[in-house]
Amino acid sequence: MQTDAQIFSGAFTSPVLSSQSVFRALMDGMARPGRVFSLVHDASAPAPACPSHAALALTLADADTSVWLSPALAGSAFARWLSFQTGASIVSDRMVAMFAFVSRKDALSDWNGFSLGSDTYPDRSATLVVEVEALSGGIPLIAEGPGIDGAVSLSPIGLPADFLRERALNRSLYPRGIDLVLVCGSDCLCLPRTTRLMLEEV
Amino acid sequence: MSALATYNFAYLDEQTKRMIRRAILKAIAIPGYQVPFASREMPMPYGWGTGGVQLTAAILGPDDVLKVIDQGADDTTNAVSIRAFFQKVAAVAVTTRTAEATIIQTRHRIPEAELTANQVLVYQVPIPEPLRFLEPRETETRQMHALSEYGLMHVKLYEDIARNGHIATTYAYPVMVEGRYVMDPSPIPKFDNPKMHRSQALQLFGAGREKRIYAIPPHTQVVSLDFEDHPFTIQHFDRPCALCGAEGVYLDEVVLDDRGSRMFVCSDTDHCETRRAEGHVGPEGMPSGYGAKEAAE
Repeated sequence: MQTDAQIFSGAFTSPVLSSQSVFRALMDGMARPGRVFSLVHDASAPAPACPSHAALALTLADADTSVWLSPALAGSAFARWLSFQTGASIVSDRMVAMFAFVSRKDALSDWNGFSLGSDTYPDRSATLVVEVEALSGGIPLIAEGPGIDGAVSLSPIGLPADFLRERALNRSLYPRGIDLVLVCGSDCLCLPRTTRLMLEEV
Repeated sequence: MSALATYNFAYLDEQTKRMIRRAILKAIAIPGYQVPFASREMPMPYGWGTGGVQLTAAILGPDDVLKVIDQGADDTTNAVSIRAFFQKVAAVAVTTRTAEATIIQTRHRIPEAELTANQVLVYQVPIPEPLRFLEPRETETRQMHALSEYGLMHVKLYEDIARNGHIATTYAYPVMVEGRYVMDPSPIPKFDNPKMHRSQALQLFGAGREKRIYAIPPHTQVVSLDFEDHPFTIQHFDRPCALCGAEGVYLDEVVLDDRGSRMFVCSDTDHCETRRAEGHVGPEGMPSGYGAKEAAE
């Protein structure tokens, strides 16, 4: 019963206006990569999902989308919460997922296997929502590309060891590629495929 | 409850908004690439800006201030009816002032005033495919974009030069976005093309009938196609605005009678009104406040 109560509650109190404000923040974030922004909402999903997982799932997922969950999320009540609240189909095959939600409990060593889109339809690629330990305070990185005036500095903590290499590889596939949203609590940071990342030289 | 309670906020149902929002995110991630979307029938005909209206409806919130322009003017039929539509279905605040707006939906112009980072410019697009008049088959144009094969477009511009001595395209002038996708900027005059380059505002393009959404994020490179020996140039006007005296703005020709008299005035009505309120007077204009005394009497 306890679990069921968790699954049936936690959606936006005001679904129309909250999903608009969450989307608008995400849109601005995607248009201005590397910048940390907050989602203002009252959604909550069962652990180990974080508030941003909940808000972005409610805003973007529905019966038309397929969602892949990292092992910690897939094995939790969040999977049933997501099915009940959004109607999205949860898939185990990375290749068919439009969205992937990754918990920080799963140190995902590789992001291979997600759809990169095709040269003719590069929009048919996955968007990954990856939880990290923190969005600032880590090793300083420099981001450049569309949406960024010159360069912007970011320093998330909890990225995979070969993150820069993976993103450089992803960038080299352009216009194909995976788009990333790093989340922590209700804060987010977007790294679309166009963003070039490098270590800040000290 | 009013009868309008039967409509969702901003007219579209939530599932449609989510579909459009997902397309917008991919459009921003791939600047200049046309993302297909399941365009809905809107309570206005195709060609009246259904693509722009769907984009606006998907991003609009209750705190937004909406401005709608048609050929630069706030007071033309298309602009008035779309503005009234969103007042009715979203109870959103509207304005004619460019500086006050958070969302500007436009048909065929970019405002003269420089846009800021907290503004979104939504274009109404009739034909999103820049290669369509050169290659009618969607399967082929899609492949051409995939291969970045834009030789045909350069041939078209070259033929312009061969026939006319210069590139005769004056509106919907093709641009290269971030060095990858050739994009149709919608039928804005080429005068406005440089404003798209590294704009601070996010620019979204919606084509309702053709079911495409594309975007230019802020600070993105947008280069008008040209040749080294025939560089891109914008239109120049040999006179200032007749009403406000502005130079370096896009002017509309207004026919005054059937004897050939005409005047040239700012196409951007808000820009013209703002300048006149500041005291600028053009060669055929009246000082600000002229007529107010008579009206009061």
